[in-house]
Amino acid sequence: MISADATTGSPGGVEPPGSGEEPAGGDGKPPASVGWTRYLRRLSEANVVVVTILAIFTALVIGAILILVTSTAVLHAWGRVGSAPGEAFATSWHTVANAYSAMFEGSIFSPSAVGHAISTGRGWTAAFSPISETLVSATPLMLAGMGVAIGFSTGVFNIGAQGQLIGGALASLYVGFEVHATIWLHLPLVIIAGAVGGAIVGFIPGILKAQTGAHEVIVTIMLNYIVLYLLVYLLTTAPFQQQGQTNAISRVMPNSARLPHLLGSGLRVNAGLIVAILVLLGASWFMRKSTLGFTFRVIGINPDAGRTAGMNVKKVTVLVLMLSGALVGLAGMASLSGTDFFMATGYGGGVGFNAITVALLGRNRPLGVFLGSLLFAAMITGGRNMQAVTGIDLDLTTVIQALIVFMVATPALVRDIYRLKDSGRSLTQLISKGWG
Amino acid sequence: MKLELVKITKRFGALVANDAVDLEVAEGEIHALLGENGAGKTTLMNVLFGLLHPDSGEIRIDGQAVRFANPGQAVRHGIGMVHQHFMLVGVFTAAENIVLGFEPTILRLGLLDRRKADRDIRKLSQEYGLEVDPNAIVEDLPVGVQQRVEILKALARDAKLLILDEPTSVLTPQEIESLFRTMHALQQSGHSILFITHKLKEVLAVADRITVMRQGRVVGSTTPQETDENKLASMMVGRSVELVVEKGPARPGPTVLEVRGLTVGDDRGLTMVDHVDLDVHAGEIVALAGVQGNGQTEFAEALAGLRQVTSGKIVLEGQDVTSASPRGRIEAGLADVPEDRQKDGLVMPLSVADNLVLDIFNVPPHAHHGARDLAEVKSNAEHRIEDFDIRTSSVDANVGALSGGNQQKVILARELSRPVKVLVASQPTRGLDVGSIEYVHRRIVEARDNGVAVLIISAELDEVMALGDRIAVMYRGRIMGVVEPSVSREELGLMMAGVTDSAPPDAPVAALAGGPGSS
Repeated sequence: MISADATTGSPGGVEPPGSGEEPAGGDGKPPASVGWTRYLRRLSEANVVVVTILAIFTALVIGAILILVTSTAVLHAWGRVGSAPGEAFATSWHTVANAYSAMFEGSIFSPSAVGHAISTGRGWTAAFSPISETLVSATPLMLAGMGVAIGFSTGVFNIGAQGQLIGGALASLYVGFEVHATIWLHLPLVIIAGAVGGAIVGFIPGILKAQTGAHEVIVTIMLNYIVLYLLVYLLTTAPFQQQGQTNAISRVMPNSARLPHLLGSGLRVNAGLIVAILVLLGASWFMRKSTLGFTFRVIGINPDAGRTAGMNVKKVTVLVLMLSGALVGLAGMASLSGTDFFMATGYGGGVGFNAITVALLGRNRPLGVFLGSLLFAAMITGGRNMQAVTGIDLDLTTVIQALIVFMVATPALVRDIYRLKDSGRSLTQLISKGWG
Repeated sequence: MKLELVKITKRFGALVANDAVDLEVAEGEIHALLGENGAGKTTLMNVLFGLLHPDSGEIRIDGQAVRFANPGQAVRHGIGMVHQHFMLVGVFTAAENIVLGFEPTILRLGLLDRRKADRDIRKLSQEYGLEVDPNAIVEDLPVGVQQRVEILKALARDAKLLILDEPTSVLTPQEIESLFRTMHALQQSGHSILFITHKLKEVLAVADRITVMRQGRVVGSTTPQETDENKLASMMVGRSVELVVEKGPARPGPTVLEVRGLTVGDDRGLTMVDHVDLDVHAGEIVALAGVQGNGQTEFAEALAGLRQVTSGKIVLEGQDVTSASPRGRIEAGLADVPEDRQKDGLVMPLSVADNLVLDIFNVPPHAHHGARDLAEVKSNAEHRIEDFDIRTSSVDANVGALSGGNQQKVILARELSRPVKVLVASQPTRGLDVGSIEYVHRRIVEARDNGVAVLIISAELDEVMALGDRIAVMYRGRIMGVVEPSVSREELGLMMAGVTDSAPPDAPVAALAGGPGSS
């Protein structure tokens, strides 16, 4: 009648090494090891960086398998593997290599285009176009990802990036076509409007959570729909609707409200990237060194202790969602004022949700968000090129992205695959925070 | 069942948590395992229960060597464990918790046979005098009853040897009495009990034999007849320990904290503090005694500004702070050592340095114009760590990695590092080892001698009598009286039970049922 007991696993009951005031038999520190041995040990312990890199690698391998099993040419070659075994392998290799090199050339650079530019001195625009497109896609991801990340690291699960992005873009758009001024005045106003618009949309779940305890996950998700359809309504209404249009399309921003190009008019990369990098640097300083950032961290980890120490938890909850919304709103501003210049229904596409993924992938750290945004943007732009060149569906990149996130979220799986030791710092804890 | 642990050694890296530990528990024996936090008691028990695997050594049951790969195997060999933090499903009934994992089913169809479960549990309850309503939802039960559910859970799995890990740390004096009765009843029926604790009085009251551990080794074995508190304490700590707080007479100054007609409700709106009047003078310690759940927690929270006051007022050095925010009270000179230090006092994943400035991080010199001065925070931490003898590997170590005693020192160091007029400390030494208790008491007396008005809220009678210059007793939200520390234990005990010369107690049991959240 006795079976495995429900009282198994009591991490709280185990006295971890070093927890004693005077640990037995030594000073409780691991034996000092020097230089490269320690380096090797660190490497074999699965820290988050190694796990992330291995997760990306594994996702690409699985993606390659998917490319193979969905390619008729490859399947055909394997059908004749008995008569021509070499051909089956060669076809497989070429298919995968073509797909991934198309992805690389579409997102970073194409060696042939760069070679052409170097030898002829012309065609630099074409050579830089892939990396420019990647940076353009990465810019709103950086801003929105950092906004979401600030929420996560404070224990606030902001799923409303989509709505806040539209809010920011709408405010920027309005200031863009209603205000008439020189670019030196107009553009800063457009940027500020984006932050304010996002902050207003963030304020709603913030005040509801602080005053009534409404869970921000539910409120932000529902608010996404409200803002989405508010946009549809506004786009068919003056002053937003484009004159002479019956479709839901907005007026176009004047030049003075547009973010200037960084590398000439042929490349779309624009000053939004600078805004994003400044925001990431600012966020880094904010979370590490500012008193308000410290308050955010304390309340994110342990609101009870924060309250006892005299912090105003309600006020901070509202501030976190407003700041989070403001950064996401800047993402809306960056894509509107940087590349789109007008809005249509469904504005923002998947940026709001990719921002959540980027924040998780980047472990809520500014540098992580920066690199995660570049990776995601490169896969999107590269995926488009892959589809154009090889005919492999763009959806494959979505699958690879999903696999990366899946594996980053389950570090135990990656450690198992590569037989790494657990460094004890779990990512899942980090990710599941905020659902409490 | 006779249990022998032979030369058990368990290492964590360079740390030897258990160093060739020998322990023998005879059938029908209550065996106390005594030691400070970090002495290796819990590690040893986790080895015994199959949660950890020893590096060397042997476990023998009735002379037979056994190996446990997991707790399930330990359970099959008749070992039951009641963890310090209960392993119960709060929203399940007592019966559901007890049968969890080996549920009786109807005709093997996978249908839970609730009636059989209820019957079995009632039978077990009666056999050992462990009263539990099988249909009560566990999270609604008082902590003492939850513990009974844990014990029943072990007994229902045919445990012959029960490990009780710090079972009294969460109980009221009455619940402790009840637990001791249960332990004797189990002993009568042939069960062996391994009782892990660091409380000397309890060991002497209930154990047949006592084994003392220090720094991973067994330093001695004795019986209550052969030893006393002082001898046990010096065995545990490795040096002689003062069990009495050394303090001179108080020199009370003017009234600093003035509480008038304070009434406070709990989360459900029940009145927990009922028209309390209390004065605390500069340079004196007022100890607030009482059985847990009589409104002390709510009183302390109201003083700190964490709980809304229904009526009455709190005056701090002439300034009415009744409606001030926690921040406002901190600025007015209130220091608060919260009852639950890990939940309310510290942020575990943050560094010792950050925790040492948790309520002053945003004021000079720790911050200027919204930017933190991390160098200053660090040098502050270095000073505090030295001043308060906080044992930590560095200022950057997570405060969660520190022992309970050192965590409490971090809170005290923080609260006393700014100009403070009133210190409110709730259960300041709960769960601490002898050495840390001694230290915390000394610092509290030192604060008093520096002219701070100190209010200690404690459920430990010894602490109340040793520290208090005046003792106020709280019962069902009211102050039953304020007495001198020369009062007898019996008299205090009666006051804590609500007996005064004029009024007999009215249903004292109701006051005990504070619910699981009250501890």
